[in-house]
Amino acid sequence: MPIGKFMMSGAGSRCAACRYLRRRCSKDCIFSPHFPSSNPQRFAYVHKIYGASNVAKMLQRVSEFERSHAADSLHLEAKCRVEDPVYGCVGLISRLQRQIHNLESEIAMTRALVMMYESSLDRRKGSANGH
Amino acid sequence: MGGNSPCASCKLLRRRCAKDCIFAPYFPSNDPHRFAIVHKVFGASTISKMLQELPIHQRADAVNSLVYEANSRVRDPVYGCLGAISYLQNQVAQLQMQLAVVQAEILCIQVQQEPMILPSQPPAAAMEAGMMDGPMDDKSGLGGFPHSNVLPSQYLSFASSSDVTPCGVSHEGSFLGHDTVS
Repeated sequence: MPIGKFMMSGAGSRCAACRYLRRRCSKDCIFSPHFPSSNPQRFAYVHKIYGASNVAKMLQRVSEFERSHAADSLHLEAKCRVEDPVYGCVGLISRLQRQIHNLESEIAMTRALVMMYESSLDRRKGSANGH
Repeated sequence: MGGNSPCASCKLLRRRCAKDCIFAPYFPSNDPHRFAIVHKVFGASTISKMLQELPIHQRADAVNSLVYEANSRVRDPVYGCLGAISYLQNQVAQLQMQLAVVQAEILCIQVQQEPMILPSQPPAAAMEAGMMDGPMDDKSGLGGFPHSNVLPSQYLSFASSSDVTPCGVSHEGSFLGHDTVS
């Protein structure tokens, strides 16, 4: 009897999602290109935060070309949320914004110092010329 | 919410809003969109579990960050928040270069100055110790959320950022190659 359309993906193994969900991995499984069985943690993160059906819907909403990027970003955001349940990746955004603020302040202060040094240098040149 | 109108969550889920409804403090009935969007991305049961696992004083911040992420994801279904992260990382890199240029200018000027009027320590070095914040230290609960003055409008209004190609990002905020994202 042919195995039919419920073939296992890859070399006879289910993708990480179908393993996790304990179901057969179909040939056109939407998860299998992005959640290989070699990395079960990747699917575990997204399932914990978004749920399998939400992930499937989100992947279906984008073009096939963009699905790998979408899966990567979902994984990263889910991982951030698991590691920081209060702020998730928004914590990283806030930290980057503070870093930008600090850098801008330092640039402004350093430029002010440059101007101060330059005016001091000009004054010294002026007094050296007898003015 | 109790005997008053049900919270936005219970309205959407069409259930009775209990006096101790976990959603009610964070999803008032006058802002139905707020719950609708987190429900769409994360699901009500996931939100409920997340909130239950957090102490009460952290739940408001958690909900606000979830709303932010959900909005980002709806506006940019491919990259979500990572679009903003990538943009900010690029901005950090550019500012670091600008700072390096300005610091080099200081050094050039100092070389031209006489020794007696040189400061004892360049200001940049003195500031470095305090320049970089460590990991988020929001123990005080302050400043946990993105400020509007450093994000372009597409991230404020959560418009699509399809013109941004994010780098892979580690939790520490450093650049990684895209291939190593996962």
